[in-house]
Amino acid sequence: MAAGGRRDAPEAPDFGLLKRLARDQLIYLLEQLPGKKDLFIEADLMSPLDRIANVSILKQHEVDKLYKVETRPAPSSSDQFCFLVRPRIRTMRYIADIVNADKMSGRSRKYKIIFSPQKFYACEMVLEEEGVFGDVTCDEWSFYLLPLDEDIISMELPEFFRDYFLEGDHRWINSIARALQLLNSLYGPFGRVYGIGRCAKMSYELWQDLEGESEGDGQGRKPEIGNVFLMDRDTDYVTALCSQVVYEGLVDDTFRIKCGSVDFGPDVTSSDKSIKVLLNAQDKVFSQIRNEHFSSVFGFLSQKSRNLQAQYDRRRGMDIKQMKNFVSQELKGLKQEHRLLSLHIGACESIMKKKTKQDFQEMIKAEHSLLEGFDIRESTSFIEEHIDRQVSPIESLRLMCLLSITENGLIPKDYRSLKTQYLQSYGPEHLLTFHNLKRMGLLTEQVAGETLTAVESRVSKLVTDRAAGETQAGSVLCPKHCTPVQIPRLDGEYDLKLPRDMAYVFSGAYVPLSCKIIEQVLERRGWQGLEEVVRLLNGHEFSVSDSTAEDSADAQRVVLAVFLGGCTFSEIAALRFLGKERGCRFIFLTTAITNSARVMEAMTEARA
Amino acid sequence: MSRVRADEEEYWHSSKFRAFTFDDEDDELSQLKESKQAVNSLRDIVDDDDDDLERVSWSGEPVGSISWSIKETASSSTSSLEGRDSSLQKGSSSYAAFPKQVSSYSLSSLFKGRNKLPSFQSLSDALSDTGVKNYAPELRRPKAEYKDYSNDWSPKDTVRRMQRGKVCSLERFRSLQDKLVLLDEAVAGHDGNVITAVLIFLKRTLRREILFRELEVRQVALCHLIHFLKETGEQKLLLDLLRFLDRTEEVALSQYREHLNIQDVEKRKEFLKGCVGLPFSAEDTSHIQDHYTLLERQIIIETNDRHLEKSGQSEIFRKYPRKASILNMPLVTTLFYSCFYHYTEAEGTFSSPTNLKKTFKIPDKQYVLTALAARAKLRAWDDVDALFTTKNWLGYTKKKAPIGFHRVVEILQRNNAPVQVLQEYVRLVEDVETRLSLATKYKCHDVVIETYKDLKDRIQLTAYKCKVERGSAEEEKINSILNNMQIRWKN
Repeated sequence: MAAGGRRDAPEAPDFGLLKRLARDQLIYLLEQLPGKKDLFIEADLMSPLDRIANVSILKQHEVDKLYKVETRPAPSSSDQFCFLVRPRIRTMRYIADIVNADKMSGRSRKYKIIFSPQKFYACEMVLEEEGVFGDVTCDEWSFYLLPLDEDIISMELPEFFRDYFLEGDHRWINSIARALQLLNSLYGPFGRVYGIGRCAKMSYELWQDLEGESEGDGQGRKPEIGNVFLMDRDTDYVTALCSQVVYEGLVDDTFRIKCGSVDFGPDVTSSDKSIKVLLNAQDKVFSQIRNEHFSSVFGFLSQKSRNLQAQYDRRRGMDIKQMKNFVSQELKGLKQEHRLLSLHIGACESIMKKKTKQDFQEMIKAEHSLLEGFDIRESTSFIEEHIDRQVSPIESLRLMCLLSITENGLIPKDYRSLKTQYLQSYGPEHLLTFHNLKRMGLLTEQVAGETLTAVESRVSKLVTDRAAGETQAGSVLCPKHCTPVQIPRLDGEYDLKLPRDMAYVFSGAYVPLSCKIIEQVLERRGWQGLEEVVRLLNGHEFSVSDSTAEDSADAQRVVLAVFLGGCTFSEIAALRFLGKERGCRFIFLTTAITNSARVMEAMTEARA
Repeated sequence: MSRVRADEEEYWHSSKFRAFTFDDEDDELSQLKESKQAVNSLRDIVDDDDDDLERVSWSGEPVGSISWSIKETASSSTSSLEGRDSSLQKGSSSYAAFPKQVSSYSLSSLFKGRNKLPSFQSLSDALSDTGVKNYAPELRRPKAEYKDYSNDWSPKDTVRRMQRGKVCSLERFRSLQDKLVLLDEAVAGHDGNVITAVLIFLKRTLRREILFRELEVRQVALCHLIHFLKETGEQKLLLDLLRFLDRTEEVALSQYREHLNIQDVEKRKEFLKGCVGLPFSAEDTSHIQDHYTLLERQIIIETNDRHLEKSGQSEIFRKYPRKASILNMPLVTTLFYSCFYHYTEAEGTFSSPTNLKKTFKIPDKQYVLTALAARAKLRAWDDVDALFTTKNWLGYTKKKAPIGFHRVVEILQRNNAPVQVLQEYVRLVEDVETRLSLATKYKCHDVVIETYKDLKDRIQLTAYKCKVERGSAEEEKINSILNNMQIRWKN
């Protein structure tokens, strides 16, 4: 790739400031309710809160007992209740019930609701309807941005995906705009903004509107982030639905990384307890393997453990003084490394065990065939058997969606038969799930009478079109399809240990479309020449440059990639790779970290 | 449509390209094992003061974290946090990245007089290169304190003020036209929270038919109202709206969804019965009908079996007590259950597998897979055998399966079938390579030996000798084949 002009990527800005801001505002809000108080925290907010504060900080501000919202509180003697919640109707009713129960029993207390990241009018309406408006005071904790790592900021709003893409509700756009405003004021001004997707466009417009009145902010400051790229998740569902094979993605798919940390169970720790581990750049072992294709991880780990052994072995020939030095200076570091190594080795083993058990190989093969548009019949019957064996409802759904997107809908006969078998295997109430997926365009039926060539559209074309090499869209976005994975490349195998492009995150089979678009637009500094692609992606593209913003050379090479509706670790790895190749630094802002299972679960109608 | 390519078959067998797979990673797996041994061998040196280390570097959920603390409150809700002080202090080192909190200062004072920042380290650090600046507009006074009842905001300004979280009275928008201008401005402003707020006002001040009519041509606002009604649970109004819009399928689905909230099975069954008549597509109507029939059957089966189990008269229930009730389970699970407990029953009974198969038109493939899994779990190998045995018109028996025999092998293996049973099905796997790899994996020596013999592959057969036991019948068999002069080896 661009190895010739390689420069070192600039450092990521310091996002620790965001944590401090959030924590300080929370403290301020707690102090607004002086005196001892019980704090009720929404389950979804607990992990994010843990990342910026701890119990002793809360305690210093006179928080007495802590409760989880949704559990009935034990009779409490506290005179003040504080609720730290997401703005949800159901939570409002929970609070109203508590207040009303107190009123009935003649108990008087002070109540304060702190909404994070913002309050919704509908919530106030519920409080009013329940007759507790005025009994409670409301505040907002503008905790929009949680830095999960040096280069990842999450809004921790997984519900954005369903709210916006399924229900068509724009309620979070304000939060996104405010998040952009905050980042712009701290690390901007952003010189260039690119985007694609309806939500991206709206968020941009609302942000600009908000910017309009905070005049003079950030003038003359040296920007740290020069470019912003906003992208809607529905621009590229395929990437989000693929099985992940880079280490961090696999860990997420297998163990679920939550708010930057993961619970490694007994099978990983080879003891009887689980360990919660923070996974980020501070972890010296993890940071070196997170972006690697899984097949290169073993080699690295064994190299690392040999080195470690050698380091320990040195102590054999030591005299007392050297030994003393060794113990006081090196031992601690070595121990930590040892600990990290054994955890990641354990994790690898556990992943291997799971992946070999559930015929992962066959699944990957089916998945790659789908991406290539080959063997459709064979893949369809693979999916069918997967369903019949009741393997995993989420996996089955995911494969059906991939089939539908890449084939531009299922042929009616297949759609009916797969749907029927799915309902028989996993429960009839999934009728509702199918309806959701249809509305999202994730799982559809080909319209009778139209042939594939007549409909040829969107992603299916971008992802699988065999003749793509000849079209403009193909040549730009899908170089893979000129040399499809099935046909050995001229120079033989794709060396996953020495990747040459972003396709390595999917074993060389497919370049994530989302990342490819970002690459192309950044390279061209706009959408010129991508008109065909834009048309296939339903438009809503934009590119704005602010001539007044100073162009610092470093900031020019820092790109804030904003994923509206979630971003996967595979995409993060791919863009990190691109950044290294091009000497630029990607910062990720996402409504939440996602993966195929989360996307599917968001569409699933749960049994009550 | 058909994109099958001639070279693709060839590819999977011959290409140099190999997609990464998890199965054949012998090399790497052994590497992994090695690393593990190396690391484990160090454990003695390292394990002495584990805990100390944990506090330093494993701050995932240290003692003193909030999640931890809430779990504690849940288990002993009376104890306050006071007693934990000491443990908290220990835990705090994991947050060393943040400046230590000085407990005496008050943040309120900070925000009242913005320019006085005496002892506030973290913020002044942050601001050092930018000067004291309005760097975070959110950190002003809570928005609730802004009250503004001025009456002359234009619709646009009203929307903009609401977007900024300020309280605005909407009461003065009384004419229909004013209301609609306000709604359109809200939609144009892209803030769903404000759109919903305006809709709440419109819903309160307009007759529903008029509201519905106007929303029909305003799709974005319409989505917001529908979502709002779903969330607040105003089902009746939601259904009226959907009917007004002629979205009959959504009406049906929305009503059907309610069954999820009905816990009592009898009531749920009755409710589902009512759902059958809802305006679903023909295809979905039959799914709903099946749902109802299934629950009806399950109730019957459950009543009978609970009785049977209790009375202790049935051996199968004594031997394998039921782990859960069959109510509300998917059809395939029900079929498995009936293959497990009621396999031999006549077709006339509701609980017999054949009856289920007929009633719900379960495809052969699905049926065989499920029956196989159930019978294999009971180690009823004869039943398994019967499942695949067919007689042709000459009376010869033959093994046939609607699913691949490699799948049969997999299921049998998972249920710890003995080699003799396994072998029989491994032999039937058509693809030679799959057969060989399965046979090798599950040590079905006879199959391996015969396959190599059929392939006339002397080298492989010779090599296989070291995998069988010395002096065993298998070794003898290999030797006799190797000594057989009749075979024309290919190598």
